[in-house]
Amino acid sequence: MAFDYDQYIRGGKLPHIWCPGCTYGIVFKSLLRAVDTMKIAKDDVALVSGIGCASRLPGYVDFNTLHTTHGRALGFATGIKMAKPDKRVIVVSGDGDATAIGGNHFIHACRRNIDITVLVFNNYIYGMTGGQYSPTTPSGHLATTMPYGNIDPSFNIPDLAKGAGASFVARGTAYHAAGLDRLIIEAMQHKGLSVVEIINACPTTHGRRNKFKSPTDMLLWMKDTFITAVAFDKLPPEKTAGKLPMGVLYKKEGLPEYCETYYGLVERLKKQREGRA
Amino acid sequence: MGKIKLLQGNEACAEGALYAGCNFFGGYPITPSTEVAEYMARRLPQVGGAFLQMEDEIAAMASVIGGSLAGCKALTATSGPGFSLKQENMGFAMLTEIPCVIVNVMRGGPSTGVPTGPGQSDIMQCKWGTHGDHPVICLTPAYVQEIFSETVRAFNLSEKYRTPVIIAFDEIVGHMRERIEIPDPGVLPIVNRTKPTCPPSGYLPYDDTKGDVPPMANFFEGYRYHVTGLNHGTDGFPVNASPRIHTDELRLIRKVEANKADIVKFEETLMGDAEVAIFAYGVSGRSAKTAVEAARKEGIKVGLFRPLTMWPFPEEQVAAIASRVKAIVVPELSLGQIIFEVERCARGRCKVEGIFRVDGDPINPAQILAKVKEVK
Repeated sequence: MAFDYDQYIRGGKLPHIWCPGCTYGIVFKSLLRAVDTMKIAKDDVALVSGIGCASRLPGYVDFNTLHTTHGRALGFATGIKMAKPDKRVIVVSGDGDATAIGGNHFIHACRRNIDITVLVFNNYIYGMTGGQYSPTTPSGHLATTMPYGNIDPSFNIPDLAKGAGASFVARGTAYHAAGLDRLIIEAMQHKGLSVVEIINACPTTHGRRNKFKSPTDMLLWMKDTFITAVAFDKLPPEKTAGKLPMGVLYKKEGLPEYCETYYGLVERLKKQREGRA
Repeated sequence: MGKIKLLQGNEACAEGALYAGCNFFGGYPITPSTEVAEYMARRLPQVGGAFLQMEDEIAAMASVIGGSLAGCKALTATSGPGFSLKQENMGFAMLTEIPCVIVNVMRGGPSTGVPTGPGQSDIMQCKWGTHGDHPVICLTPAYVQEIFSETVRAFNLSEKYRTPVIIAFDEIVGHMRERIEIPDPGVLPIVNRTKPTCPPSGYLPYDDTKGDVPPMANFFEGYRYHVTGLNHGTDGFPVNASPRIHTDELRLIRKVEANKADIVKFEETLMGDAEVAIFAYGVSGRSAKTAVEAARKEGIKVGLFRPLTMWPFPEEQVAAIASRVKAIVVPELSLGQIIFEVERCARGRCKVEGIFRVDGDPINPAQILAKVKEVK
């Protein structure tokens, strides 16, 4: 039986704002399938976002949804999670939102290891404002604010997350949608801060300026570029050029989760008081 | 009889917050407000509340809004540079109507300025700091006891009107220690946000048909709704059209301005027969009170108007004073900010003279007395 997306989509809120050829719709559906597989009650999910094309996603979903300020979704989400540690908090962000203006919040959320799942929609560009370069725009690519080609070195988001202390780091792509469901599920099952970088295509503001003749070309680029981490690790170094690993890239179980540690402290203080009484 | 304590203003602020039911603090260290965070760091884990020291001021403000949306009474405390950094998210809370309390222990500025000295030069920023038109409630206590009770009032107003409330006092009052009485629980009234009583299917988070302050559902309580910093319809979803944006912004302003009788609070000292009035708040209000006592001993008819609510501005009160005194003296630790509001309300009906100082020291009573003699 076909999956019933309507049970999660708010009536009357579609069509979405995303351009033809944008891959966000693919990821949107993957997220809904993942939440459904996890059997989480809609009342128990907070979906939080910042600013940008990806950040419009929560508005379409029938959860507790919060569309905040640029880059700050993780600050809001951290407050929600600390207030209600038994609830599920998911953050949807973009490459600029998460790693430029929100970079500080991103690394510190990773460091705290608070139980939030962060989905970073990486389309390599600022799409909503019309195609300015982001911290993940490949070098040499054209952007409206890099009209002679991008001279900025770029971030590798999984490396950034791992380096900052995230206990679960994965990468998926809009092309490999079935695998993406599994990655999002595994990220949500993980206790602690989980990051999934999701490779996306923005044909409108990135692709057409950078020799991708159609949205399909961008999906084919994903197909050719991303291989499983297992396969990637088996490649001899000289054959890794032009390839990038996807799947679960890093996972460490058993690290203290922030809310558990904090409310463990609350319990300890309570016992001390009772002991004295 | 409550508990008698010797506390500094910042500590009294934290005690007031706890009395009001605050169970969430998100902050970032900054002089001269840090003691509020330190006090909450010690006390909140003891009472089961959440304490977060965030990575920066912006995240601290964000966490407070998130905590409140999830049902907590949330507080943050900061000073000058940190207050500047919080502005965008404060505007978010104003537009999305999420209650929270922001303490600004004012120091000298601009920039790093005088971190360890008092200032009153953020008072217009309290009103206009975030971009766009927006409602503002800002309280200005001057005594340690008052910081306690005004912090309780700040939470109550925030919950009642579903809007952020700023408490602005200065470094001197924040760090000064005074004897205060913390009332027993139940002595001071505590207000909690009005929750919806309708079924979730009929809930409109920004329904303006039954009053200017719509009931607020907390996240995870069965009312799944959307909160956005975009202008929105009564259902919370983005609206980009006339006339909704205009009428909704008018409502946001109105829910504060139309309730000035409830929100505006002030103290008058010997104003009955005053020929000269002093308009002063915070530490300058304390100096002014001493100046009034000294002037009265010399037979000078001077009184003090000391606002405890600065925003919304006590326009009617200042206008009435202006029509019956020769002059209003405005001492403030800035190069002249709140004096423009006083002049605006006086509308030329009396002289308005300022005493301005920004060198990190307070305006002393002798300076105020000299100015009173000059204008009487």
